[in-house]
Amino acid sequence: MLEITEGSHAVADAVGKCRPQVIAAYPITPQTHIVEALAEMVANCEIDAEYITVESEFSALSACLGASAAGSRVYSATTSQGLALMFEVCFNCAGMRLPVVMSIVNRALGAPLSIWNDQQDSISLRDSGWLQLYAEDNQEATDLHYLAYRVSEDHSILLPSFVCFDGFILSHTYEPVDTLTKEQADSYLPPFKPFQRLDAADPISFGLFAAPDYYMEFRYEIDQAAKKALSVIPKAGREFGELFGRDYSGLVEGYRMDDADCALVAMGSICGTVKDAIDEMRDAGKKVGLLKIRSFRPFPAEEVKKALSGVSRVAVLDKNISLGSKGAVALEIRDALYGSQTPVYDYIIALGGRDVRKKDIARVVSLAEEGKGDLFYGLRDEVLK
Amino acid sequence: MAIGTGCSARPGKSRNNKTGSWRVFRPEFVHEKCTSCGMCRIICPEGCIGENEEGLPVPDYDYCKGCGLCAEECPSEAIEMKKEEK
Repeated sequence: MLEITEGSHAVADAVGKCRPQVIAAYPITPQTHIVEALAEMVANCEIDAEYITVESEFSALSACLGASAAGSRVYSATTSQGLALMFEVCFNCAGMRLPVVMSIVNRALGAPLSIWNDQQDSISLRDSGWLQLYAEDNQEATDLHYLAYRVSEDHSILLPSFVCFDGFILSHTYEPVDTLTKEQADSYLPPFKPFQRLDAADPISFGLFAAPDYYMEFRYEIDQAAKKALSVIPKAGREFGELFGRDYSGLVEGYRMDDADCALVAMGSICGTVKDAIDEMRDAGKKVGLLKIRSFRPFPAEEVKKALSGVSRVAVLDKNISLGSKGAVALEIRDALYGSQTPVYDYIIALGGRDVRKKDIARVVSLAEEGKGDLFYGLRDEVLK
Repeated sequence: MAIGTGCSARPGKSRNNKTGSWRVFRPEFVHEKCTSCGMCRIICPEGCIGENEEGLPVPDYDYCKGCGLCAEECPSEAIEMKKEEK
């Protein structure tokens, strides 16, 4: 059913229909509306979940970790500083192979304090073992939650997932969203079947100590599982498409890439602006396309290489910066294209909520044509003196 | 592996963690000097010294961490700590 709804509320509705048994979250802007809505659903007995109120994000994810180990489907949501506080627990969830699903309403990290959007928070947990899916619009943000549970809980994966969508730009924006009915959701997402669980009658310990002669093997297994997700995500995405008409089989998605000379690469809501800018550039005769990255972890290097094989230059829009190096997406793209002659230009853009307009995208394409890249786009003059 | 997916294990699995890999110095028992006093077995923090049919001490190198307490305490100086190449 098509509804005009706020992004956060659409996500909360989808999460409710995923039937989480335990929800633990700590409110933080711009994630607040999601957990408020879920708390209301629990209070009104609309969903059969335990809602644990906690004193911090560290506790929130710890509660989810424990509940997941005990065999429950769990959910949390956070952003920015909240995610930073969860850092340690994030690594533990992945290491204990617990299929926790968490919404990351992307926001900049302090200092300086900023409540506005970029993708530094989830990108900073790049190496934690969580799968990371990025949504372009609210429809995708809601749908990816169903997909994330399906993939995370697959016994060949057993890794937690971030569903990332841009704070305010998506979370606080009203858009038409086709919401699934409870029956539709159930037809796609079966009840949670834990691989193993805490049970006093049949004791088991999780997250044990591994001496140097075994630690590496556990890291290897997590890495193998994450790479396995490169085939499990497309399968789950295709099935979603077959049932509801919206196909998420692509780990990446091309837009007007067929004869593109210059490819823009981006993740998240900026892709919408980029598509409009591309339409204008195409009308003016410029052969520009977009490669949208949906799955950042695992990173689909082969798909990227294939999609970018025909272009003569690549311009990457990074809403994050690995300080002292480059944007995280550009580093991946360069790695995927290693050995090819295609130049990859990196543009750090839209940090801390700075708006990106269609003319900015056109300007980035011009800069790439001039061979100018690896820069912060649109800086104020005073820092350049 | 000693522990399974998710670094999980059922009770009683700590025996599978062969802590002998931690060892740098390996105790070697010189049975000719040994009086079978049993001090090494009492002092071993790992409880990994057993005995053979003749009552002479035999270490279990799967668990011996090479702490050297047995060699330090042996009244007959019948235990030599030797650097182990792995």
